Amino acid sequence: MNTLKRTAAAAAIGFAALIAGGDHASAQVKIGAVLSVTGPASFLGDPEKKTLEMYVEEINRKGGVNGQKLQLVVYDDGGDANNARTFATRLVEEDKIAAMIGGTTTGSTLAMIPVFEEAQIPFISLAGAIQIVEPVRKWVFKTPHTDKMACEKIFADLKRRDLTRIALISGTEAFSKSMRDQCVAVAPKAGITILHEESYGPRDSDMTPQLTNIRNKAGVQAVVNPGFGQGPAIVTRNYRQLGIALPLYQSHGVASKQFIELAGPAAEGVRLPAAALLVADKLADNDPQKPVVVNYSRAYLNKTGQTVSTFGGHAYDGLMILVGAMERAKGADKAKVRDEIERTKGYVGTGGIVNMSQADHMGLDLSAFRMLEIKNGDWTLVPDSSS
Amino acid sequence: MAETLQFFFSGLTVGAVYALVALGFTLIYNASDVINFAQGEFVMLGGMTTVFLALAGVPVPLAALAAVAVTVAVGLALHRFAIEPARGASAVALIMITIGASIFLRGAAQVVFDKRFHSLPHPFGTEPIPVGGAAILPQSLVVLAGAVVIVVLLWQFIDRTLLGKAVIATAANRLAARLVGIDTRRIVGLSFAVSAAIGAIAGILVTPITLTSYDVGSLLALKGFAAAMLGGIGSAVGAVLGGLLLGMLEAFSAGYISSKYKDAVAFLVILAVLLAMPQGLLGRGKVERV
Repeated sequence: MNTLKRTAAAAAIGFAALIAGGDHASAQVKIGAVLSVTGPASFLGDPEKKTLEMYVEEINRKGGVNGQKLQLVVYDDGGDANNARTFATRLVEEDKIAAMIGGTTTGSTLAMIPVFEEAQIPFISLAGAIQIVEPVRKWVFKTPHTDKMACEKIFADLKRRDLTRIALISGTEAFSKSMRDQCVAVAPKAGITILHEESYGPRDSDMTPQLTNIRNKAGVQAVVNPGFGQGPAIVTRNYRQLGIALPLYQSHGVASKQFIELAGPAAEGVRLPAAALLVADKLADNDPQKPVVVNYSRAYLNKTGQTVSTFGGHAYDGLMILVGAMERAKGADKAKVRDEIERTKGYVGTGGIVNMSQADHMGLDLSAFRMLEIKNGDWTLVPDSSS
Repeated sequence: MAETLQFFFSGLTVGAVYALVALGFTLIYNASDVINFAQGEFVMLGGMTTVFLALAGVPVPLAALAAVAVTVAVGLALHRFAIEPARGASAVALIMITIGASIFLRGAAQVVFDKRFHSLPHPFGTEPIPVGGAAILPQSLVVLAGAVVIVVLLWQFIDRTLLGKAVIATAANRLAARLVGIDTRRIVGLSFAVSAAIGAIAGILVTPITLTSYDVGSLLALKGFAAAMLGGIGSAVGAVLGGLLLGMLEAFSAGYISSKYKDAVAFLVILAVLLAMPQGLLGRGKVERV
């Protein structure tokens, strides 16, 4: 009874604070987020939003950060970079946020960077492209691994299997194009020769002509498909339809159970790089990431009834890196928090182990990716040492 | 030779999908001169409803039937609550209404269903049929057969039944049709219901190949519309011809020219055809009503 009264009293106080919140913004730390909750990138933005809301609630239940509660202000840009920019300005001028998480897509993030750079607000992006942190911008960080790392991971695996002459088939939408460009750029250094290239549109329903051309190209030893959405599933099906026996590599862009469901039996033997989160239950018990990814997967499943995606994990990492920095900075001072984000060392997250520095505002290395192979309709880990 | 055959099969697969979608445009256009831009959403509703009912444990054939029923209900509602109240408006205004309806349906589908991609099982398996070094999936033939069946039924309906004649009459001259005792409101409503059913059937048949999601309609409708225009809008045979032609164009330009420019090549050919034959390949010349 007593606790109930106390809770009620606390709730009343909390409510009063909320009403008075306009005047006493300092009682709470405002964190802004612009996410693509609807629109074409909604399957990225939706789990990101749910994750942020879930953990901000939990942090506040445990007393907040440095005794201050967090207040999350989320706007939905619908996947439109113009909207993102408008919301970014609103977050700075009206909401007066202390820190920023988000930018689901690379487009949205790049559109918002100038706003937060000018306002000098720490900005942790959840988008993939390497252009966000290269060149390094003072106030901008990101949590997801990059396309370039995915290419390097795939190429390293190819090299181990002694397959050095490959064909690329990629989508024409932004993600695939960006990854394709990175793959082409890092191929020579990795000792990989790209013999042939094909592409397909984001909504194409049959890629057999492109794959026929790849099949007819002499000397190709493996095929890599930088892609995203339903395209890679169709490529995989068509690949088997044509009976091509070469190893097929997909990208981290389709690293979800959904890909296996869509591609069906055709997905057998396909390899792809992915974050540890995807294979939480298959990681070795002594894997440093195991506790983090298992806890997050469980919490997310309990809260939403959906299985985790790596995208929600990026949001988790963003929030936790920010909270860690705020704790070390003993407050929400923007400049101090920024410095502390940059000093993040050994943070074990869902995306990997993060070691930021002045020159590296992402802080991940290739160990963040695990090479997976699809066997019997499920993921299996490909050990780093074997072929 | 084998590769030419493979490109042909690819064109057939994609073309059959476009043809099925294109067919949906013909009837509403015939009855009311309206190009229904929510047709793609009918396709989406057919596929998504089947997927979700199947996920809920309903056997796929039953789920498919229910999906057609649901889509027909949506088609009727679209007519009753959006098209009918604006019956005095011009065809252009009505087309805009259908665009609005399409955006609404897409939004509603995001909430009712989800934002993920889904697939349906192939009823005849995924084992490709090998022909002369090339391979085609059984489902491609199913889609093609579906298009042929729908064309035959539509033709039977329009040419052989009194109701079909009433549709033609309504399209030709609404006032005159009313004067001879045709309930033109019911006829236009009927055309929405049948088009919705065609769209839903298309959605169900193509989902194993194209996969489906809440926003699959917009692009399929665009391609289907292009196919219908190419074949001559209003002609069922033209829709199938246009669809197959568009599919072939894409497949062969992807195979022989460059996969980067295949859409550009396809649309260039369409532009050229429409410049030379503004009515499309099989379109009937528009008779000016005086």
